[in-house]
Amino acid sequence: MGDARTTASPNIETTVLGADEIIINMGPQHPSTHGVLRVKLKLDGEKVVGSECIIGYLHRGVEKIAEHRNYQQFAPYVDRMDYVAAVSNGLGYCEAVEKLMGAEAPPRARVIRTILTELQRIASHLLWLGTHALDIGALTPIFYCFREREEILKIFEKYCGARLTTHAFRIGGLQYEAYDEMEKEVERFCKDLEHKIDEYEALLTENRIWVGRTKGIGVLTAQEAMDLGATGPVLRASGVKWDVRKAMPYAAYDQYKFEIPTGQNGDTYDRYIVRIQEMRQSRRICLQAIQNIPSGPIMARIGKVLKPPPGEVYHSIEAPKGELGYYIVSDGTTQPYRVRIRPPSFVNLQAFDRMVRGHLVADVVAIIGTIDIVLGEVDR
Amino acid sequence: MTHSLVEFFKPHILPLLYALVIVLVLPLIAGYVVLLERKVMADMQVRLGPMRVGPHGLLQPIADALKLLLKEDIIPENADLWIFWLAPVLSVTAAMLAMAALPFGPAFQIADLNIGLLFILGISSMGIFGIVLGGWASNSHYSLLGALRSSAQLVSYETAAGMALVSALLLAGTLSMHGIVELQAQQGMWFVFEAPIAFFIYLVASIAETNRAPFDLPEAESELVAGYMTEYSGFRWALYFLAEYANMIVVGSIATTLFLGGWLRPFPNVPALDFLDYVPILLMLLTAGYCFWRAPRQPVKVQKMFLAAVGGLCILLAAILAAPVFGVPYFSKAALHGAFWFLLKVFLYIYVFMWLRFTFPRYRFDQLMKLGWHFMIPVAIVNVMGIGLALVLNRQFHWGLAPALLVMNVGVLLVAAWLAWVGERYETPVVGGA
Repeated sequence: MGDARTTASPNIETTVLGADEIIINMGPQHPSTHGVLRVKLKLDGEKVVGSECIIGYLHRGVEKIAEHRNYQQFAPYVDRMDYVAAVSNGLGYCEAVEKLMGAEAPPRARVIRTILTELQRIASHLLWLGTHALDIGALTPIFYCFREREEILKIFEKYCGARLTTHAFRIGGLQYEAYDEMEKEVERFCKDLEHKIDEYEALLTENRIWVGRTKGIGVLTAQEAMDLGATGPVLRASGVKWDVRKAMPYAAYDQYKFEIPTGQNGDTYDRYIVRIQEMRQSRRICLQAIQNIPSGPIMARIGKVLKPPPGEVYHSIEAPKGELGYYIVSDGTTQPYRVRIRPPSFVNLQAFDRMVRGHLVADVVAIIGTIDIVLGEVDR
Repeated sequence: MTHSLVEFFKPHILPLLYALVIVLVLPLIAGYVVLLERKVMADMQVRLGPMRVGPHGLLQPIADALKLLLKEDIIPENADLWIFWLAPVLSVTAAMLAMAALPFGPAFQIADLNIGLLFILGISSMGIFGIVLGGWASNSHYSLLGALRSSAQLVSYETAAGMALVSALLLAGTLSMHGIVELQAQQGMWFVFEAPIAFFIYLVASIAETNRAPFDLPEAESELVAGYMTEYSGFRWALYFLAEYANMIVVGSIATTLFLGGWLRPFPNVPALDFLDYVPILLMLLTAGYCFWRAPRQPVKVQKMFLAAVGGLCILLAAILAAPVFGVPYFSKAALHGAFWFLLKVFLYIYVFMWLRFTFPRYRFDQLMKLGWHFMIPVAIVNVMGIGLALVLNRQFHWGLAPALLVMNVGVLLVAAWLAWVGERYETPVVGGA
């Protein structure tokens, strides 16, 4: 198997097919490519000897649109990139522009941002868990996951009126004050979640079939993961303790105690465990944060028309899928000169070919799931 | 002349009638098994399942069937037309033919062949041709992969299932489905208690044979879209679907006949438990009561009427089942209650299929093969030898059947545990890695 990973040419188009090799197209319409990812697989029987990801089916030119909108107008667009974690996208963008302007959101706004972002992380991981399990053939967890995700979406809806593409934050802070029952509802949700996560684990963690399907599949060593620029759970499962929340704290993360779960083997099973643990940690952060939400204003004084001084800024946050970075260049006008986004899914997807070589078709599906890609973010 | 013709056809009229009933009713039953599956799935997944068509979705299968009949029939451009057309028909024919020898009760059987089981096994193996040919004729990679997986899987698990059945045959000493059940009635013991390991092996192997989760690799929707059915649509697809569910009923019936005492009620020879004869009637009455209780609560008038009708049907069935108990002439208790118990057992068996499907993830192909060849088949073979040895011990050395079987089953269990341990220990290193 080691041979197949090293000798086959990465470009499957130019490779001459052997007598028993076939090329099959997975996607863009395929039940388990998580949207419109297209994967060309070169198969020897059912063994993968080469792969190529073809992306761009969902390209909307988000970065170009940014150049023709002013700073506030562009904020809702970022929600449409990683649409299962819209709040995290918004946080990254707002903080990047604030950094560019030298402004800072008030403490109250930062704590509320942290709570919502962590809830969003849980929601994103729940969606991942459900679909990943579904890909591997477990039909039931997805409904349990959606049951809990629904509670989170209800909290979002009560907070800002939207469930999916929330546009929850504004540059400089928040537009909406937290609603009256928010602390209580978040607390109730977090307390329930503990048992619910135990339920998912009871279905999967020690299930022989699940372990057989995920252990040793799509192994990425720490060095490989770093070379490929992988971030988030994909990197941490390989044993690298890197989390932007700890390394370069933003929002209010420096105030809370939480751990960075890591794996050792860098396989699909470890990534599963890491994400389950991350849900538990997010829950912990939320519980700490609602204990003590400072009072005060929720919006910094930044004026109605944003004209950041000429210059450039890079700001990144730990989105559910990995490091989400915004690079913004300002020319001193009301519109950004250039916005470049570093989406975690796009970068993590690079590791795909490395992970699938030598595995079987069934594992390809497991590996697509374990990278946790959202095509809206990959294609932008 | 006419007289002799009547004389000639007389013994065939009843079987022909049964055959007609099976061909006409089977699609309906299969449709309702699908509805049952969706309801069971919904129950396990905290949701309601089909609720729109009819009260609690009771008319959903009919709506689905109509939809499938009216759908456009798409044939891929480079498909092998004749084979493409033939394949689903072959699948469905095999599944239906197998039903000819199934005893749905002491009286409901089309033909009591003296090689009944052999016939069923042979015919249902023909179904694989439908799958392989369909996958080949579609001229699509996904279909081909699905068909290849399917044939490999069927061949491997047929062996294990066959060996498990041989264990039961050793105990029964006959291939006639009717005879097998009658022997269990004589012994007053279902074979599942005499050969539990064989039953377990057959349970697992039959799941794999019918391509059900967690062994549903040939049609793994998240991997191969729909496997061999990928290019099929409309009515042809419905035929495959029908074949799959008919096969489930067939394997359920085989297991019921060989291991679960066929049409016998639990403890058939214990007079103290004769009250069990009232269970079918009570069950029907309870269902009817529930329907009547729910009927006025339905939102729409049609639904109220429909649910009341279902309740009425249950009352009717209860009356029919009750007739022999109260000594009404022409109503044979053995036939009516036998059919009830038989169908109940078959549905419980199918329920286990569904339960497993919604609980487990799917095996990977190599894992499936490994499980089949490294574990199931050896254990099945050892089990056959164990049962045979137990019979010898009973007959030649007069151990008594029960102790001999107990010793042998424990022995086989130990062998199975050892095999599992060896499998864990010498597991081949996982593919991939740096």
